[in-house]
Amino acid sequence: MDINIKTLPEEVTVVEMAGDIDASTASAVQEKVLPLAQPGSKIILDMTQVPYTSSAGLRFLLSLYRQVTGNDGKLVLVGVSEQIQDTMSITGFIDFFTRCDTLDLGLEALK
Amino acid sequence: MVFARIDIQPTHTYGDFKLRRGRPFPFGATLVPGGVNFSIFSSHAKSCTLVLFKKHAKEPMAEIPFPDEFRIGNVFCTIVFDLDYENIEYGYRMEGPFNPKEGHWFDSSKILMDPYAKVIGGRDVWGVTPDWNDIYHHRARIVLDDFDWENDRPLEIPPEDMVVYEMHVRSFTRHPSSQVKHPGTFAAIRDKIPYLKELGVNAIELMPVYEFDEFENSRPNPQNPDELLVNYWGYSTVGFFAPKAGYAATGKIGMQVDELKTLVKELHKNGLEVILDVVFNHTAEGNEYGPTISFRGVDNKTYYMLTPEGYYFNFSGCGNTLNCNNPIVRNIVLDCLRYWASEYHIDGFRFDLASILGRDPSGAPLANPPLLETLAFDPILAKCKLIAEAWDAGGLYQVGSFPAFGRWAEWNGKYRDSIRKFIKGDGTVGDIAQRLQGSPDLYAWEGRGPATSINFITAHDGFTLLDLVSYNGKHNEANGENNNDGSNDNDSWNCGWEGPTDDAGINALRRRQIKNAVAILMVSTGVPMILMGDEVGRTQYGNNNTYCHDNELNWLDWTLLEQNADLFRFFKNCIAFRNAHPVLRSKYHFSNSDYMGSGYADITWHGTKAWNADWSASCRTIAMMLCGKHAKAGTVEDNYVYVAMNMHWEGLWFEIPGLRDGMKWHVFANTGATAPNDIWSPGQEPVLENQHGMLVGDRSVVILVGK
Repeated sequence: MDINIKTLPEEVTVVEMAGDIDASTASAVQEKVLPLAQPGSKIILDMTQVPYTSSAGLRFLLSLYRQVTGNDGKLVLVGVSEQIQDTMSITGFIDFFTRCDTLDLGLEALK
Repeated sequence: MVFARIDIQPTHTYGDFKLRRGRPFPFGATLVPGGVNFSIFSSHAKSCTLVLFKKHAKEPMAEIPFPDEFRIGNVFCTIVFDLDYENIEYGYRMEGPFNPKEGHWFDSSKILMDPYAKVIGGRDVWGVTPDWNDIYHHRARIVLDDFDWENDRPLEIPPEDMVVYEMHVRSFTRHPSSQVKHPGTFAAIRDKIPYLKELGVNAIELMPVYEFDEFENSRPNPQNPDELLVNYWGYSTVGFFAPKAGYAATGKIGMQVDELKTLVKELHKNGLEVILDVVFNHTAEGNEYGPTISFRGVDNKTYYMLTPEGYYFNFSGCGNTLNCNNPIVRNIVLDCLRYWASEYHIDGFRFDLASILGRDPSGAPLANPPLLETLAFDPILAKCKLIAEAWDAGGLYQVGSFPAFGRWAEWNGKYRDSIRKFIKGDGTVGDIAQRLQGSPDLYAWEGRGPATSINFITAHDGFTLLDLVSYNGKHNEANGENNNDGSNDNDSWNCGWEGPTDDAGINALRRRQIKNAVAILMVSTGVPMILMGDEVGRTQYGNNNTYCHDNELNWLDWTLLEQNADLFRFFKNCIAFRNAHPVLRSKYHFSNSDYMGSGYADITWHGTKAWNADWSASCRTIAMMLCGKHAKAGTVEDNYVYVAMNMHWEGLWFEIPGLRDGMKWHVFANTGATAPNDIWSPGQEPVLENQHGMLVGDRSVVILVGK
């Protein structure tokens, strides 16, 4: 799992992830990403390069969502594959998230 | 300031594994800081070994014996640190005596599934042929109980207001015509919620969803060797805490828990309760010749009822009998139901062959069965519906006498039999009158209300409603038992020809009989239950025991919705009528008196002459009037309802009781009329032309509403 964190103008943080998110990688992801959930933070998770998210991976996403929104922040998922979206839909995770196809649309959603 | 716990560091090692003495509670495998707590009990095992597999691996990755100091009482418990919990499977080996005569079946060569396993792998995708050489078939896995329910909780619909829809998860959407993304799954039920809402039911009762093995006793179909006969219905539990993986679109990635919980949450959002059909009378391990999956190898003598010679009692008809009134087994049943009620927000449970739960360890029926009492008074289950199938395969028949403790409802088998007889022109109107008013003859004497009675005419066991009016006898040849299986007491009538026919007269009569059945069911006091597909005329081609068929005999064909649109419309309006009229949904038995001063008793009986019911044995007609002023014991105002039932073979003139205060009778339903004049939407009923009487056709039901 590779993680690349960029800060864009207007204080938007973009987290680019590449690789599967599962129990063996989720804790490493969590360590890097959770500290970004500061008060009022705007975060985009770019999942274009994530082929698979396991149960633990989805739990990481939901826990991040809870922390970000609990701090009056916003979280947007970008580039989630159709298969992951299907899994998220069946298992109820999807309803929590704002999802966008591209980074630009994600930035728009955060405005 | 937060201090770190001092008990989250390992104290022992075994090979590469770091361990610490675990906690006995809770039983099963639980994620704890840094690791997984494993806890399992056995009254008779001498020692125990934890067996760990990498997910799907053929051979174990480790076998970790429990050191003596890790045992408390009869419980073996350990914490194993740093496990990749998502990618392991676990089981146990138990050492102990092998002496079947004494009831002991220990065999440490077998890897045993945890009876408390909350996710079970091995049959991840329905129907995928297992590796028969696998040393561990049903594999316990570890799951987080951290579902985000938001504000959801069980709906607690008053029992008397329920309309139940009994269904099989796979059958509901497996047919190609269902047009869902993941046919045959929990997810697909969610896609069909709009259908259930349109029909108007407010509870679904799911046939078994606990993990079972569809390949149990599987064999080639004698009529079609390319197809297997399987354990399709699933009345044979492998694990009581785990949802059936093969029913989940996400079973292949192990997310069945989230999928089922999401379904429950969505159903609740849409006003639908979820009742689970639970099978605590036996397990999938069968008799002496069955597989050792879990219980037999963990603690045979505790879990099963055994004869003095050590053989399995067979009150279930399925090889073994769970020893439900052993204190340990009682606890596992309680733990299980509490788990489903609290973790899955399940609204109620229907107990298969529940009379077994009232037998003592030697099989004798108990006067006050501790298990039934425990469940009735449990604080977590306090608002759950508890519904008994009040008989068993050992001959105990307790409809009307099931030990209820003020809580238990019953599948009213007598309702089914009485209505079937009446519709085909048998039985007595005296009997029918009891069934229409919530079977007070069965329940009132014990102070049990009408909602004790789950009223049904058809259920998964037996004919569908269309088959009930199309076949005189069962046609179970496809089951491969020479038509010897399945019930012979069907009280069915084919209306003149056995099976499908082009005869328009017979087909019209069959349609009318179906409508008669649902009309009577929906005006009966008690809790109505309908069988999946009856609302669109589903057939099983005369098979009344389709437990083994993963094919069109069970799958709901959604094209029937178009073909039999009139039936669906009739069902839908009957249910809507019931939902619109509290007078049909009384919590208390009728008093046969006018305690509201309306001029009418709460319930009155009539015949072809108003106020004169004919109770003679040969009579085939009865009419019932419910007074709207007495709805819900006089606490709400409702319309009057009059139901005329003519099961005579000729049409008859019914004199109708008069109404007061300028009210008029309106026609809600007339099964003797052809669609669309057979039924109206509640509120849209036309005024009855002659307010004093009407012709009720042969074998027809008329429902009037007075307002």
